[in-house]
Formats: sequence, C-alpha cells, structure tokens
Amino acid sequence: MTETTNTVAFTPERLAKAQEIIARYPDGKQKSALLPLLHLAQEQYGWVSPEVMDYVASLLSILPIEVYEVASFYTMFHLDPVGTHVIEYCRTGPCCLMGGEDAYGYLKSKLGINTGETTPDGKFTLKEVECLAACGWGPVFQIREKYYMNLTNEKIDEIIDELSKD
Amino acid sequence: MPVKILTEHINVPGINTFEVYRKMGGYTAVEKALKTMTPDEIVEEVKKSGVRGRGGAGFPMGMKWSFLAKPEGVPRYLVCNADESEPGTFKDHYLMKNNPHLLIEGMIVSSFALGANKSFIYVRGELMYVIHILEKAIAEAKAAGLLGKNILGSGYDLELVVQPGGGAYICGEETALLESLEGKRGNPRNKPPFPAVKGLYQCPTVVNNVESIANTPWIVNNGGEAYAALGVGRSTGTKLISVSGHVNKPGVYEIPLGITVEDFIYADEWCGGIRPGHHLKAVVAGGSSVPILPANLILTLANGDKRLMTYESLSDGGFATGTMLGSGGFIVMDETTCIVRNTLTFARFYHHESCGQCSPCREGTGWMDKVLDRIEHGKGNMRDIDLLVDVAKKIEGNTICPLGDAAAWPVSAAIRHFRHEFEWHVTHPLEATKPGAVYRGEMELV
Repeated sequence: MTETTNTVAFTPERLAKAQEIIARYPDGKQKSALLPLLHLAQEQYGWVSPEVMDYVASLLSILPIEVYEVASFYTMFHLDPVGTHVIEYCRTGPCCLMGGEDAYGYLKSKLGINTGETTPDGKFTLKEVECLAACGWGPVFQIREKYYMNLTNEKIDEIIDELSKD
Repeated sequence: MPVKILTEHINVPGINTFEVYRKMGGYTAVEKALKTMTPDEIVEEVKKSGVRGRGGAGFPMGMKWSFLAKPEGVPRYLVCNADESEPGTFKDHYLMKNNPHLLIEGMIVSSFALGANKSFIYVRGELMYVIHILEKAIAEAKAAGLLGKNILGSGYDLELVVQPGGGAYICGEETALLESLEGKRGNPRNKPPFPAVKGLYQCPTVVNNVESIANTPWIVNNGGEAYAALGVGRSTGTKLISVSGHVNKPGVYEIPLGITVEDFIYADEWCGGIRPGHHLKAVVAGGSSVPILPANLILTLANGDKRLMTYESLSDGGFATGTMLGSGGFIVMDETTCIVRNTLTFARFYHHESCGQCSPCREGTGWMDKVLDRIEHGKGNMRDIDLLVDVAKKIEGNTICPLGDAAAWPVSAAIRHFRHEFEWHVTHPLEATKPGAVYRGEMELV
C-alpha cells in the first residue's frame, strides 16, 4: 500500500543511493539527478505527492517548481495515489494488431474497473500507456519494473490471481 | 550465412556476463583502440564504414562525429540515445537486455574517439530492468579495469552513467534528450546551435543511437572498409529490424542491408511469411512515423523491380509510392486490419506525446486525433478526410523538432493509399463501427 507522506524522507538506504546518484554529475549540475530521484521516491511512496517533490527539491537545492514542472511532464510519475499494483498497458498500434484491445477488455472486466481507476480494495490501478518498446511480444503490460508479454486471457488470469494473493 | 555484427553471440548462454562476453572475443576492440590507435584514426574508420545513424534519421555517423567542436579546456560528452519509443521499434531493448557488454564496449571506443571522459546512456524509464542489467555490466567492466581511471594503462579515463527517462517519446529527439538529462522537461531546443557545438551542459556533445554505437567495436576490429563492403551502395553494414504484427515470427532480426522486402517477409530465415490463412495488406516499414504502404508498393518499385531493405530502395518513389527505413520498426498488417483504426492509434500516440511547445504540433495532433476518432466511430463526414490532409500539411515542416512531421506523415499516407477505407467509414457508419469491422472492397492483397 501507499505510505502516507506526513514526514517525508528517504530510507537510509535510499538516501545513500540518492547521494551516490547526485555525485555522478559534474559540479553544479546536480539537477541532472532529478529524474533518478523521482523514480527513487516513487519506488518508496508509490506516487509523488507535493510533499515528496518538495523533499526532492531540498535534496537538490532547487526550487520546488522545478520539480513540479518536471514531474508533471513525464508520464511515469503518478501525481495521485495509486493501488499496490499499477498495471500499465500499451494501447499503441502494434499491440492492438496483436490482439491488445481484446486482452485489455478482458483485464478491465476481470478487475471490474476502467482505465484510470483503482479497485475498491486498493490493490490494482489500471493505466493506459503508449508504446513500451516490446511490439513483437505484444500485447504487453508493465507492473513496476516487470514486463508481461504475449498476453492472453489465461495469462492475465494467472498474473492477476498471483498478485491478488499478496 | 550472412555476417552478424551485432547478434552473432546473442544466444550464447551467459553472454550478458563479462566472463562469457570476454571469452567470445569481447573487449578486444577496446584493447586495439586504446593501445594501437589514435582517436582520429577511429573517427576515420567510422567515416569509411559509411554506417548511418540507426535511430531513424540515417545521418552518417562518422560525419556527425567529425562536427564535434573541440575547444581547449571544455569537456566533451558522448550520450547514447536508448530512449527507444517509436512504435514498432524494440531492437535496442532486445540488444541491451541480451548483450549489454556490446553497448558498453561501443561506448568505450566511441568515447575514446571523441575525447569524452564522462559518457551517458539515456534509457527510457520504463526499461528500469534493462538499466539494472547495464549497471551490472558497467560494474563488471570497471572491475576488470576497462572503465574508470587509466584504462589498460593507456592514460585514458572514462566514467559511464546510465540515466533513466521518465516516460516521454519526445526525449528520443536529441536536444529534448539533453534537456531531460539536465533534469528539465523534454522540450526540444532550437537549432543551431547544434549539440556538436552546444549540447549537454552547453558543452560539445555527440548523441548516437544504441545500435549505431554497438557497431563501433566491429568497425575498430575489422576496419571501416570491411564494414562498407557489406550492404548495398550507401546502405552499408547490417540493420536490426524489429518485426511486429501479423507475421509467423515477430521479433528482432539482424539483416544484411540489401535483401528484398519479399524475402524478408516470406523467407523462413526471417519473418516466415504472413500468419496461416491470411494475406499481406500493408506494411509500416520504419516505425510508426514513416508512410504506410499497401502490399504491392512495399514489395515492388514503380519500375517493377523488387524493393530492397535499404535506405534508398525503401524511399524510392518519394512519399507518392515509397516510404523510409527509419528506425527499422517493421509493422506488418494482414487483411483483418482496419487502416482507419490503426491510423487512429498512431494519431492518438502523437497527440499524447507532443511536448506542446510548437502550436502546429500541439494543436494539430489534437485535431487529427479527434477527427480520426470521429471517423472511426461513424460520426465523420467527407470533408473530415480532406481536413485531416490539410491539418497534416500545416504541421509538416512547421515545428522545432521532427515530431510534427512524424505525426503528420502516417495520417497523410494512410489517406493517400487507403482513402476508400476512410470514405467507407463515412458512408457506412453502421457497418464500419461493428467490432472488428474491416472494409473488404477494393483491397489489393498479396
């Protein structure tokens, strides 16, 4: 589940990782660490709240607005709370040719939700995304870092049933 | 067997580890380059090879390298574009996940040639698992003394940084990528100045695609002339083609440039033909942005010759009867494909991915998406079809970066070659909006 963000701070491991990332760039160019740090923050909190963005800004000594404008530009960052498992399915042409629309229709009916919604138990959020660079292995969706490819109704059953156990 | 430059060892078990990669002859190009060649000699070999940018633009790589400004005391950067996002394209994904060391080796020899001491690999953020694979490979190479300070005692230092994107197609455009790498929104920059003069952090920078860079170890080992001897004319070497859609064997293939399109689609060695019981209707040969061609035109040139898998042959006939090799994203459609629906998914993609900076693209992609959606859902009229052509024309050439063209071309080409399908949606809305409905009238299949 998504953690609350009353007191925002990276875990000690993630803070060390953040410092290592910031040190990768030339002096004075620490803003380059913004996208990697937003990924790190989203990994910890599930989404990036305004408080999380303020915290990232403070780590990089940049203005909060510099984080807001970036986080809102890139579609991977969730600016609202999401379920435990965010299923991001590819809706672009090649996946559609491989039967994507039928597979995603089945996924929606199985979860009982539409794109952009979260199941009442907070377990699954469904998001439509554009091409995931796996067109020959479509239909495709992604949950966190993992790609699920060549989807069929049976495979979708297996994946959802497995994740529902958590 | 045709020569494989990039995928010869890709199926060797453990090739993703340093040990196996080294055993298969990996990193010999680093030794040769750093111990026996000057940076300029490497640039010369890459020029001689004739290898062209594999991200889609096809600009000669050696020439791009030779534009790099070299002012005293200013760092230079090499940035690898691994933001692969063009619909239909997944070759870099395939290459990096299976053989990460090939890219690392290419980054070392290329960075050395350009005089860069810190180089970046910008990978689309969705491929976080591939980023972990690359980071592991970098750590292994570093432990073996092939990265870091004084590589192989040559006095040359190099650090490699893998940078994740955040989900934005536009960052595949090189100046948007550099903005993103600086921690900003991915808005493309006005050119000039070109990155070769003012790129990352306003320093001279070369941005090259994954596949382009992965060619450099072979070029260093075998020489530019050997590379140029492969292929046909100005299409030298091999090309990774990502195949999706209705063929028997979708996947990534490394082809010698110059085989016929017909062979590529039907030979067992490659796509293995159209899926059983179906026929070829159309192909998008180089990623979603290049013009779609109907079956007869993709297979045959206007003069009756067979069309080849080369930059020149695919673009033969201009946009009237030709297309482009682009990124090599080869999307194959059989007779079950509704061209209107497919065009709509592409238009929706570009609408979603427009960065919003230039009005013609920001507004035009939205218009095309909406009008196509209207036609697809049986609510369009005949004027809408001309309106689409008109909007596409007004986007094309009027934006800072090529996303505008990329959005316009698929729409105008679909109407150019499949206008009757759009008209059918207008005249037969009830039939056309049934699930899976496809126009079956004057359709030329092969």
